[in-house]
Amino acid sequence: MLDYIWLVPLFPLIGFLLISFNFRRFKGTSAGIIASLMVFVPFVVSLLLFNEILGGAEARTVELFSWINIRHLSIPFSFLVDRLSVLMLLIVTGVGFLIHVYSIGYMKEDPGFNRFFSYMNLFVFFMLLLVLGSNYLILFIGWEGVGLSSYLLIGFWFKNQDYNNAAKKAFIMNRIGDLGFLLALFLLIQQFGTLNFKEIFAQSSAIPVGSLTITFITLLLFAGAIGKSAQIPLFTWLPDAMAGPTPVSALIHAATMVTAGVYMVARSNLLFVLSPVTMMVISVVGIATALLAGSIAMLQNDIKKILAYSTVSQLGFMFVALGAGAFTGAMFHLTTHAFFKALLFLAAGSVIHALHGEQDIRRMGGLKGKIPVTYWLFLTGSLAIAGLPPFAGFFSKDMILLGAFHTSPVLWVLSVVAALMTAFYMFRLLFLAFWGKPAFQEDAAHPVHESPGSMTLPMALLALLSIIGGLIGVPHVLGGSDRIQAYFAPLFSTSEAAVKHGSEAISVQTELWLMAPVVLILVVILLVYSRYVRNSVGSATEPAGSFLGNLVYRKFYFDELYESMVQKPVAGLSNFLHDVVELKVIDRFVNQTGNLVVWMGKNVRYIQTGNVGAYLFYMVISIILILFFNLFNK
Amino acid sequence: MLIGLLISIPFVASLLLFALKDRPLLNKKIALAASIFTFGISVAVLIQYLDDPAGYPVFHPDLFHSLGIEFSLGLDGLSALLVMLTTFLVPMIIYSGFGTKTEKRSNFYALILLMEMALIGVFSTTDIILFYIFWEIALIPIFFVSILWGGQNARAITLKFFLYTLVGGLFMLVAIVFLYVKSPGEHSFAFSEFYKEVLDPSAQRWLFLAFFLAFAIKMPIFPFHTWQPDLYFTAPTQGTMLLAGIMLKMGVYGVLRFILPLFPDALDELGLYAILLSVTGIVYASVIAIRQNELKRLIAYSSLAHVGLIAAGLFSRTFYGVEGAMIQMISHGVNIFGLFFCYEIIVRRTGTGEISALGGIAAKAPIFAAFFMVILLGSISLPLTNSFIGEFLLLLGLFEYNGTLAAIAGLTIILSAVYMLWIYQRTMYGAEKESTAGFTDLTRQEMAVLVPVVIIILWIGIYPQLFLGMAEPAVNSILKIH
Repeated sequence: MLDYIWLVPLFPLIGFLLISFNFRRFKGTSAGIIASLMVFVPFVVSLLLFNEILGGAEARTVELFSWINIRHLSIPFSFLVDRLSVLMLLIVTGVGFLIHVYSIGYMKEDPGFNRFFSYMNLFVFFMLLLVLGSNYLILFIGWEGVGLSSYLLIGFWFKNQDYNNAAKKAFIMNRIGDLGFLLALFLLIQQFGTLNFKEIFAQSSAIPVGSLTITFITLLLFAGAIGKSAQIPLFTWLPDAMAGPTPVSALIHAATMVTAGVYMVARSNLLFVLSPVTMMVISVVGIATALLAGSIAMLQNDIKKILAYSTVSQLGFMFVALGAGAFTGAMFHLTTHAFFKALLFLAAGSVIHALHGEQDIRRMGGLKGKIPVTYWLFLTGSLAIAGLPPFAGFFSKDMILLGAFHTSPVLWVLSVVAALMTAFYMFRLLFLAFWGKPAFQEDAAHPVHESPGSMTLPMALLALLSIIGGLIGVPHVLGGSDRIQAYFAPLFSTSEAAVKHGSEAISVQTELWLMAPVVLILVVILLVYSRYVRNSVGSATEPAGSFLGNLVYRKFYFDELYESMVQKPVAGLSNFLHDVVELKVIDRFVNQTGNLVVWMGKNVRYIQTGNVGAYLFYMVISIILILFFNLFNK
Repeated sequence: MLIGLLISIPFVASLLLFALKDRPLLNKKIALAASIFTFGISVAVLIQYLDDPAGYPVFHPDLFHSLGIEFSLGLDGLSALLVMLTTFLVPMIIYSGFGTKTEKRSNFYALILLMEMALIGVFSTTDIILFYIFWEIALIPIFFVSILWGGQNARAITLKFFLYTLVGGLFMLVAIVFLYVKSPGEHSFAFSEFYKEVLDPSAQRWLFLAFFLAFAIKMPIFPFHTWQPDLYFTAPTQGTMLLAGIMLKMGVYGVLRFILPLFPDALDELGLYAILLSVTGIVYASVIAIRQNELKRLIAYSSLAHVGLIAAGLFSRTFYGVEGAMIQMISHGVNIFGLFFCYEIIVRRTGTGEISALGGIAAKAPIFAAFFMVILLGSISLPLTNSFIGEFLLLLGLFEYNGTLAAIAGLTIILSAVYMLWIYQRTMYGAEKESTAGFTDLTRQEMAVLVPVVIIILWIGIYPQLFLGMAEPAVNSILKIH
């Protein structure tokens, strides 16, 4: 079965080609159904693969053909099927399928329906290449490919230039990270002579911890992850990316693509643990991003933007885990996050659908009774992301907090703060949108309506996963069997042990105590309740005029900073180079050289008089000069 | 023997067209037929070469051998790649003009075929005097094409280009004569004799500079490039395609054929400066491109940036850098042709290439938008497109030479995305403008031109091994790797 892995990416590729070549022929929802099927089949295959892997099948590399093969460099087009890639396959195809189905209902009225689904299939294809590649360059194909699909889908409604700007920004910011990634690849080739995971990781065991080259490599790889997974300083594209249709935000900008950076670092865990410096950088960037984005999310009013900053913040969490060497924790949270964040986005889409495009939570309110199904689904997602037991987020976050504590108690405290922020912004959103009094005008022609079954059913399945998804990682102290730890042991145990090496083990009692923040989360939810429901601050304009409030509300002025520090200077430089250097210096010099020749020609021609006497005179003078010259030269 | 045909068909057809009366419809069909036939022959030659790369095909008629000049043509991997590029692009360029309303006189096609003859000559001769002759002959048709069919200010701009490259060529001629004099035994102009010469470093330095000047102007490398944006802009689009698609590869070819194998000591000393100029050119041209408002000029600057990277890879003299340069020559030729053709399509319908006057085309012409997107992705080296293979190897080679320079040159992957996506956004997306209100989708003829372009973009991107394999032995022999 493992040898048939190529079937997995093949189907969405076929779907993409089929729909794009017949984009005028498919009528109604047929393109959406085809596209969904093209993701469903790989999902079934992935389930079979997963089953086989659980049954103890060895990891396998399946080579399709030789892609680049010159001199000492051999880069095959090949796939790696192992525990890590199969889990990612399940997430991408499983969550991907549900979102495809949801989109059939969500996008039904859109004239670009067929185009939408062809792009979605294209995205799934590249995402599958990303997680399946058995070397860094195949991974990079997927890496850039998902960037392209993301670009196409963010700017899906391309008549709006603001959306196009958002799409372009996403692509370019990703490319900044990608340059780092490429340079890392060059260093890898220089160091290991190959880009194949297996060979690199096999060789890496012989490298001492703290090697400078490895530090450079891992830092550059991480630069790629910063771009793709929207970490500081390259995170500002993700909130803007909300310009795309909501299912896109759910699939690409929450569940799958943005987690590619986390996947890549986890995949390269054996390299990263060789560089404590990089690990520390990852932790710091991760926690800083989690706090920064979390705080911004607390004051946003656009339902999708809140979720977007939440995603940035949750990705920060995953990087905290990676930096702490808790690779399993990162992958665990990646998985549960895919469930509940996809759910939240789809539910948000359902709200937006119900309100005919309204995204501002200040103009919502009281939706609880109008769209109860959506409400309950949204509530489930919120409980899961806030990290309340027994929802999925509790267990994965707990694993991350534990890892953070291992690294440093300070990191743990900061992570707890970030977790509390999560509870704050999610329940602020929930209460403002669903509780209180309606703040919108409902007209008879466009009543607020619940979404159809094709949309609520996929959400219900995601809600179910958000509830029980955490059960794969119930820690031993709570009487669980921590199956995900065992699942990933062949891949991560070496690195995780290497990171923990030297630090003392945490006692059962401490581990239980570390779960205490759950109480704080409840307290925060109550505070939010009293503020936004009891005192109904909702309609009041936020933020309070304080300096800090303003700073957060304005998203710490990152966009303004980039505009004045990068965009404007580059534009100015461009004008300067063209108008001054190009035209006034280089080209003028070239023209002057030409003019000089013409001028010399004009003047020298006077020597050519046609007078034989004059010529004789020149000749004699010349001979004398040459004689003199030779005389003195000796 | 086949190589002989390869060069004579365009030549004979060109003479025929010069002689024929003006019957535009017939004439351009003759031109197209001749160029397609030439392409067929070149495929046959390629197969012959691939069968037996060691004993590569040679054409060596006993024409004259006074002064050690011999009329001889032969193909190794490097020549074969460039001849293929030429014979592939020329029929495409001729055919791309079929949709224009203004018919061009037969002379136009005669000149293009004459150009093809000269280009095949440049890329396949094994005698340096012939190389020089073909090199200068190639200048003549493009001179007339630009001057007679060019836009505003064509005379002055073309003349400047002509003189500029001519001067470069003269420096090269002096160097060639010097090399000839130094050649051992009975003097000869055969490449193979030159490769045997042992030159002392100081001679190498001057020879290097002379050759470098000729090739740097041709490619062009910063700061010898100022003729290029103006000429690309004013020349008729088919002329621009010839210039950017094929002609600038003459400079790249020259570096590969002469500078790299002949002047190793000079390169040890001066190679760094050549790379610095090339890398400067990449960033310089990319940054300028960001703010250009005229589509053709923007594409011209983008070409300048891409060629800068090719040059940097060449002068790094690393295996991957030179290999990448070979692949990228082909990719760049195809992609730049595609880009200029997309420009042509837009101008045909709207009458303008001003980016600010365009917009909303994707909604009107989705098929065109899709083709344009693929070609554009090829130009920003997205993986699975042709230029990714080339630029990856180029940057890898440059990285082996110097990591910092590779990082700076690598800025091109960011900057190219900036200006290319800007083009796409402003022309294809957004609301439609007055000029694009009646934009119709691709005609069959346009589709027939774009499909092969897209096929090649994806072919080299997905399965590059045929091209890589052809280039590899050539790179080994140029860099004397055994």
